[in-house]
Parts: sequence; C-alpha cells; structure tokens
Amino acid sequence: MTTRFTEDHEYIAVEGGTGTVGITNYAQEQLGDIVFVELPAVGKVLKKGDEAAVVESVKAASEIYAPVSGTVTEVNAALSGEPGLVNQDPSGAGWMFKIAVSDPGELDTLMDEAGYEAHIK
Amino acid sequence: MSMNREGRPTHTGTGADINATRAALLPNEPLLFEIGDTHHSGVDLPEVEISSSRLGGFGRKSALDLAGLTEPEAMRHYVRLSRLNHSIDGGFYPLGSCTMKHNPRLNEKMARLPGFADIHPLQPVSTVQGALELMQELSHWLMTLTNTAAVALTPKAGAHGELLGMMAIKAAQEARGEGHRKVVLVPESAHGTNPATAAFLGYTVKAIPAREDGTVDVSAVKDALSPDVAAIMLTNPNTCGLFEPQVKEIAAAVHEAGAYFYCDGANFNAIMGVVRPGDLGIDAMHINLHKTFSTPHGGGGPGAGPVVLSEALAPFAPVPFVRKGEAGLELVEHTEGEALGRISAFHGQMGMYVRALTYMLSHGADGLAQAARDAVLNANYIKARLKGAFSLPFPDYPTMHEVLFDDAFLAGTGVTTLDFAKALIDEGFHPMTMYFPLVVHGAMLIEPTESESKQTLDQFCDVMLDLAEDAKGGNTARFTGAPLKAPRRRLDETRAARQPVLRWERKDPLPQAAE
Amino acid sequence: MRYLPHSEAERAEMLAVIGVDSIGALFSAVPDGALLKGPVDLPSHSPEFLVEARMRALAARNRAAGDGPFFVGAGAYRHHVPATVDHLIQRSEWLTAYTPYQPEISQGTLQMLFEFQTQVAKITGMEVANASLYDGSTGTAEAVLMARRLTRRNKIILSGGLHPHYRDVVKAYLKDDPDLVCLSASPEGQGDILDRIDEATAAIVVQTPDFYGHLRNVKTAADAAHAKGALLIVVVTEVVSLGLIEAPGALGADIVVAEGQSIGNALNFGGPYVGLMATKKEFIRQMPGRLCGETVDAKGERGFVLTLSTREQHIRREKATSNICTNSGLCALAFSIHMALLGEAGFTRLARLNHARACALADALEEVPGVELLNKTFFNEMTIRLTRPGAEVVEALARKGILAGVPVSRLVPDDPAVTNLVVLAATELTTHDDIAALAAGLKEVLA
Repeated sequence: MTTRFTEDHEYIAVEGGTGTVGITNYAQEQLGDIVFVELPAVGKVLKKGDEAAVVESVKAASEIYAPVSGTVTEVNAALSGEPGLVNQDPSGAGWMFKIAVSDPGELDTLMDEAGYEAHIK
Repeated sequence: MSMNREGRPTHTGTGADINATRAALLPNEPLLFEIGDTHHSGVDLPEVEISSSRLGGFGRKSALDLAGLTEPEAMRHYVRLSRLNHSIDGGFYPLGSCTMKHNPRLNEKMARLPGFADIHPLQPVSTVQGALELMQELSHWLMTLTNTAAVALTPKAGAHGELLGMMAIKAAQEARGEGHRKVVLVPESAHGTNPATAAFLGYTVKAIPAREDGTVDVSAVKDALSPDVAAIMLTNPNTCGLFEPQVKEIAAAVHEAGAYFYCDGANFNAIMGVVRPGDLGIDAMHINLHKTFSTPHGGGGPGAGPVVLSEALAPFAPVPFVRKGEAGLELVEHTEGEALGRISAFHGQMGMYVRALTYMLSHGADGLAQAARDAVLNANYIKARLKGAFSLPFPDYPTMHEVLFDDAFLAGTGVTTLDFAKALIDEGFHPMTMYFPLVVHGAMLIEPTESESKQTLDQFCDVMLDLAEDAKGGNTARFTGAPLKAPRRRLDETRAARQPVLRWERKDPLPQAAE
Repeated sequence: MRYLPHSEAERAEMLAVIGVDSIGALFSAVPDGALLKGPVDLPSHSPEFLVEARMRALAARNRAAGDGPFFVGAGAYRHHVPATVDHLIQRSEWLTAYTPYQPEISQGTLQMLFEFQTQVAKITGMEVANASLYDGSTGTAEAVLMARRLTRRNKIILSGGLHPHYRDVVKAYLKDDPDLVCLSASPEGQGDILDRIDEATAAIVVQTPDFYGHLRNVKTAADAAHAKGALLIVVVTEVVSLGLIEAPGALGADIVVAEGQSIGNALNFGGPYVGLMATKKEFIRQMPGRLCGETVDAKGERGFVLTLSTREQHIRREKATSNICTNSGLCALAFSIHMALLGEAGFTRLARLNHARACALADALEEVPGVELLNKTFFNEMTIRLTRPGAEVVEALARKGILAGVPVSRLVPDDPAVTNLVVLAATELTTHDDIAALAAGLKEVLA
C-alpha cells in the first residue's frame, strides 16, 4: 500500500490498481466540523486535477480535486448520514471515494508522507 | 424628625433578584404552534354558506393543521419575540457594508398613506399619476446624485439590481455584435453577490488581485482585459472601505477594451452628494435604498436596488419605466418585440420608493452631503482611537466610511475574531461584520454611519480597547464561550447543518377522526 | 439637521483626534475634479411638516382602492389586514433589526422565520419551505433553475395560464434559451401542456388558480410530468385560495412557488411583496434563499440559526444556487403574524368568504347583456369576454369611479384573442353594493 499526498491536502492510498481518496487530518482541522460531503457518481471518469467532490463545513465549501486520473469505483455511503466521520477518522472511516488509477505514473508526481509533513509546516 | 414607617422598601436587592428580572424581560417564548391550536383565531369573519361552489371538485381534503392565536395571545407572542432582537433603535449596530443608519419614522407614516399603500399596480394609469410622479422624482434625485442618464427602478434588492445591470451590459454587448465576450473581471475583495450574478448569466469570472494597500491596480486590470471581457464589476468605495484611487483610469481602460463598468454601489453612503459615480466613468451602478437611503432592514428585507445607467446602457433597461406622455405620465410596459424584458412582476418596490424619497426630501442635497461626510468622519474617528491596539491591514491608505481591521493583533492570544465579536455582545453592542472581506485574515469591518453620536462612538471605542487589552493580556475568560449575557449562548450550527430541522413537527399525531 | 447628531464643536474635536484639519482631508483618495465643490442641484433640507405636505400632495393624486368599488386582481389582491399586524411590524425590534447573522441576539427574527417556514409548508402541503424570496415572479424563475439543477435536464414548459409577468420574468432570466417553451395564453382553461412533456423536460410550470381564474388539475399534471421523469412546479398567486382548494403538495407538486402578498401585506402599487417557496426535503440543497433551522445552544436550550448557508452567494460565490442575498423579512413577518391570527379556523373561513363573494360576482355578471363569463371554475377571480375592447370598458368605468378589473390586453398586447377580455377579482372586502354598481356600470357602458 502506497499513500501519497497532494498540495491541496488530499491523500490517496493505493492498493492493487485502486486508490482510496480522502482529505488529511490537517485539512479536516482547518475546515472545522464537516456538515456535508458531495461525492462523485460511481463510474465518473476523472482527470488529475478535476473537481471530484465538495466538502462543506458550516461556513465554507471546499472542492476536492482528483489526485490522479481514473474512474470512480466506489463512494463512502456512510458519509451522507455521518459527515462527521471525516473529522473523526479522515484516513479511515472518513474516506471519500475509490478510484481505479489509469496512469500509475501520476502517483510519482505527488508527495510522500515526509514530503507532506514538510509541506504543512 | 419624624420617621416615615409606611411605604415600601427602596433598597435595590441582591444579585439573585436581577436574574429573575432578566428572565421576565428576555423570555423563553414557545413556538406559536405550542401555544395556539386549530380552533382559535384572532380574526372575526362572517361564516358563509356556499350554495353553488365553482371549485370543480378541487376543494381541499388534506388537513391544514395550522395553529391560530387570539389577538391578545398574538400580541404577547410577537412582542415577547421582538425582545430577543437587537435593533438599530436598541443600540449601535456597526455592521460593515450594511449601513445600519437610523430609520426615520416619517418614512413609515408616509408609506402608509392610503394614496400610496392602497393602490394596485394594475389600476388604470390615469388613477395613479401621483405614484408615477413619485417614481419620476425619485429617479431625478438618483440620477442627479450620480450624474447618470437613466435609472431602472424595478430591482427588488441590491443583488437583483446587479442582475439587471449585468443583463443590460450583456444586451448592449450583443447589440454591438460583441456577444461572444464571456468573461467578467471581479476583484477578490468583492461581495459574493458579484461573482454569483456574473456566473448566473453564464459568464466566467476572472479574479483581480488587490495591491498591498488594498486597492485595485489599473495595470492588473489592463493585464486581465482582452477582447473576451464583457465587463468589470467593481465596488467603490471598495469592500475594505477604501476609495479606488485609479477608478477613472480603470474606467478608461475598460471602455477602450470594449467592455463595460458595473459599479457595486453598496458603499454609496461614503460619497453621496460629494462625489458622483457618473463622473468616474461607470456604466451601471445599483444603489441599496435599504442601506444608503434609510429604508428599514426589517430583519432581512425587503430591500430595493435601483440601477443608474450611462447613456450607453440606458436603451437596454428592462420594463417598466415612467415616461412623459401627451396626457400625463405613462408607464411603459411593453417595447418593440418585447426586447427589453422584465425582471419582476409589476413595477418595483413602491413602498421603499416612498420611504427613500421622504428621506431624501428631509435631508436635501446639503443634508445628504453632510451625512456622507459625517459617515466618513465617524469611521476615521474609530480608526484613530483603535489603531494603536488593533491591526490595520492597509495602514497607509485613507479610510472612507468603514474601517477594516484584521486579526493580526490577536496572534498568539488564542482569541479569534469570532470570540472577540461574541464578547462584544456581552458589552451590549452588536458585533461588527466578521470574516468579510475575505482578502484579509479574520476581518473585522466596522461601519458606524452618520447616525451615531460622539458619545456612542467613545463608549464603543472604550469597550473595544478594553477587550483588546484583555485578549492580549491573556484574560480569555471574557471570550471563551461568549456571549454569556445574551438570550442564547453560542448555537450549534454544525448540528443545524448536519441534521436540518426546518419546521415544527407535531410530536403526537393528529387524532384520526376529523372534528 | 434632525438625523445628524454632531455639533460643529464635536466635529472639530473628532478631527483633532484624527489629526486632520477638515473632513475634506479625509476624502484625499478621491481624484482631483471628482470631489464636488458644492451641493448637487437638488433642494436643500426640509422640516418634517413640509416633507409631509409634499408627500401628501403626491398621494392625493392617486385613487385608493378603498375609495370605491374595486375588482382589480391579476396577481395582487386587496384583503383586510388586521390592525394588530401593522402595529407589530412597526415595533423597533422588528423594523430596525438586521439579517440574523448573530443568532444569539436575533432569536426573535429566527424563531419567527422558523414559524413562517412551518406555516408555508403546511398551507402548500410540502415538506420544507425557505425564509422567503423577493416575490412570486422571481420565485418562479428560481424554481425553474432549481428544477434544471435537480434533473440535469434543460427543457422548461410554461403553461398558457401562467401570469404573463411571471412568464416574462422567466424569459428574462433564461434569455434567448431555446429550451424554454412558453405556451400561448389560454383564457378558456387547460391547454395542451401535458402532451408536450418529454424525456428532455426538466419541469412544467402550472399556475392554479391560473391567470384567468380557472382551477387547474394539479394531480394529472403531476402524474404526466413524473411519468417522463420531469418535475411539476405549481405557482399560486392568490395564497388565500389554499384555504379552500387542495394543497399542491397533496397532489404531487415537486416545488410550489406562491406570492404571499394577500396575507399581511398591502397592495403598495406592486411592492414590496413576499415570495414563498416550498419543496421536498430531498431537494433542499438545491433550494435558493435563506433557510432557518432549529438547534441547541451551549446550555442545551432550543434556539434557531440560519443554516445550509453553503448554498448561498456569500460562501459559494460563483457556484451559489442563486445570487440572492436579501429576503423579504418584514413582509414575511407580516404574513406570519396575519396567518397566526387567522389560524386554520380563520384561514378556511376567509377562503370560503372570498369564494362566496366571487360566486355572487359571477352570478351578477352573467345577467349583464354583452358579458360572457369564461370560467366554469374559479376561486375568487374570473375572466369575462365583452362586446368591446376590455381596455376601453375599464377606462370608461374608471371615469365612473369603478375600478373594474384588468384588461388582459394590458399584459398580453397584440393578441386579438384577448382584446375583449377583462380579469376581475372579488375578496372578503367586496360588498353587495360594489357588485351592483359594477353590473349597472357595465350595462351602461356596453349598451
């Protein structure tokens, strides 16, 4: 399992050809209480950098961009009833969507954990 | 001496009494559905037999379940609820960009004259010549104050006015064969309605950054201009309370590039009677009658947003408009091929025109100019008293009618702009506008208006300085969990958004048999 | 000047603290030449009694609806507003309060909006309502855009019975949009809108009672729309009708837009009015306008806040559901107080009274030679066909002191089918004598 990070505070945890995408702990802290997550449709084809999801807190709405290109294979249905999962467990139960990675080479352009830690300092 | 042993005690009692008194004045008021029921009514109406209904079988079968209150219960309910509101009449309301000035009561008296309140928009025009004359007179005042060629009175609010102005610009571009222009330039500091309006009309919004001093650089505008740009939407004075110094150059550059200049007039109170936006090169500007011209805010509306227009845009204003005809004033409601369209039913916000004109006549040209000067004076006074303790994001630039601070002065204290604002509530003041404009961190935007006395401004500044000192001195007790003395503590907005409850629901179901 | 607190001495003190010589120095950012040297060419300030005289003179040149027999409707209706309503809305804490952005000190406004939303949902038979829009016409345009977002389809069909001004507003908001289909005026009743619905249709817009007064079949419209995956938007311009006719929500409407003016608000020559919008709970994220929701405070006490704000312009900016900022707060308050005073018992009785008056009007009109009543069904408004152009007849009756209704040609010009039509309304304020005077007047003018 490889986990990579974007400058916009998305993570992608890749296993096999599928990546699980969510936002980082730093991001959820900055956003405050999440009240709603608008997820992409299963089957949607995304290019790296496309707007994939929207995360709403009380006072702000933030776009989540696709960290890599691919097709959405699954979304986290639990978030509709419990958007707070993103705050409680952003890398676990608060995952947002899974994407079948079409170009693994794109992962190399993203930061690793050490790189991301440095980025948010 | 003789001692009066009769009569009631006069000492003021202990602290415990005060809380009981407060409860009576700041009640927990139930919902009207928890007080009334479907049988009670505060209106007497004769009962009628309908011998032959013409409802065609479409009569109501489903339950209404609508609670009613008798008159004394209704009076008490709405009076008690009203006590939970802060209001301009109740205290200082320094909301930046909202212009919370005094709402004169003569406005209310005039608006209720039957000749204004009890006339229908579709009565024959010959029976409402006074209404049309009023609209003409209001138009004259607005055009003279702005030095513009025309005014579209109909928009129901500022944002609605933005829509009208941008629609006129779009129509004008199309009329010139320039309908392919799809971009609108909007400064980052703009009010959210600006980009929302542009996007609504199908434009792509391109943001213009601000300079270090908070204003827009004409070279940034020139860089962004292209044959693709239809218009720029600029607020002047801008949302940071600053007069755009290069506004004339910006207007010239915009026009040279074949685009139009929409001006957001929300801050007109700073310059009315003193500067005319038409002299600066604007093509369209909405004016918020509920800000600049004292029509009441009413808890969130109604507003009115007439739009003044340049010669270039005047032909593209929607219907209806008033015109001099042979037999008196006419209301033009249709044009050739219905080219102009209309943005709302009927003729606009007459109730607000009456109030605004009453205010204008009261102040006159001299009074309006003095009001603008006093508004600017008051904001600068607050700035002078507070700038030592607070942080100005744009210290080198003259402030107009509102002063902008950011939260740099709170750095390291653990107190946020939000905490600061809530602590202000405990001191009896409505907070300033917070977190707007978005271009500075933790914005605090203070607009006193011309209606405030020096005593009020001094009281406010004294409290603000005291709060700042406590914040910096680590006395966070005043801020954590504030407000403590308002009818409610901080409300759980997360819960309200996660589990929206948008109406009252009956806890026990209605009995099956209808009564 | 009575609205400006400062004396010259105080201004001087303040300038000293600021550190400038004159207020003019504070305008230093204004470019040369733009700062005016003297007041603009308008009258100078005026004492209250002179302003009052001027305004009264203007008002005196208007004929008030209450001055004689009055039958004008067509989207704005003359009803009795109890004295309590107007008294309460003038209380300082209601009149001079602002949008409830600081909820802790705005619970009055917020609780009232919550009650208002509940009342609107109940009368329309829908699940949720917003905290009001500007008016019914702009609400209709907003509903059309909402339907497009919800269905991700573009085609909109407007019924021929929709108020012409409402149709014009939708046309202006959807300028030159080929997917907007406006059916022509249908004074005789139901047109062919149901046959036009297809798989590309986002929504159809049906008004009931319609502009000509006919009651439309909302159930069949809803079924026809849903069969093709489209939404039904129902428009109501006379909200009192909901006291007697079936709620659109009970018949399958997806979005209901109404003009609330009839309750709590005077005619005011067309504004300010109050737009009502109600819909299904599943659609709330696409609904424009402010929303008030229930919550608790830090002490666990029930309280109210504006919520779901991320739909709105101040957060989403160019991605907002609408550019709307202001709602129609004080008019919504007036509506809510009047509705609370009426309650179910009063509201239904008011509706019955309106219908009874309209039946009396219809009976009298049918007896006048040269007058043909087009309506088989109506609530309190109906259309008559005359033997002469409606505009002439209405003008002639106005000269006799009777405001007889609206000639349809005023809103639908250049359509010979409607030249001789007049739309008239009766309300609880219409008396037997009013109707007799109208009938006599018509008889005379048409002879």
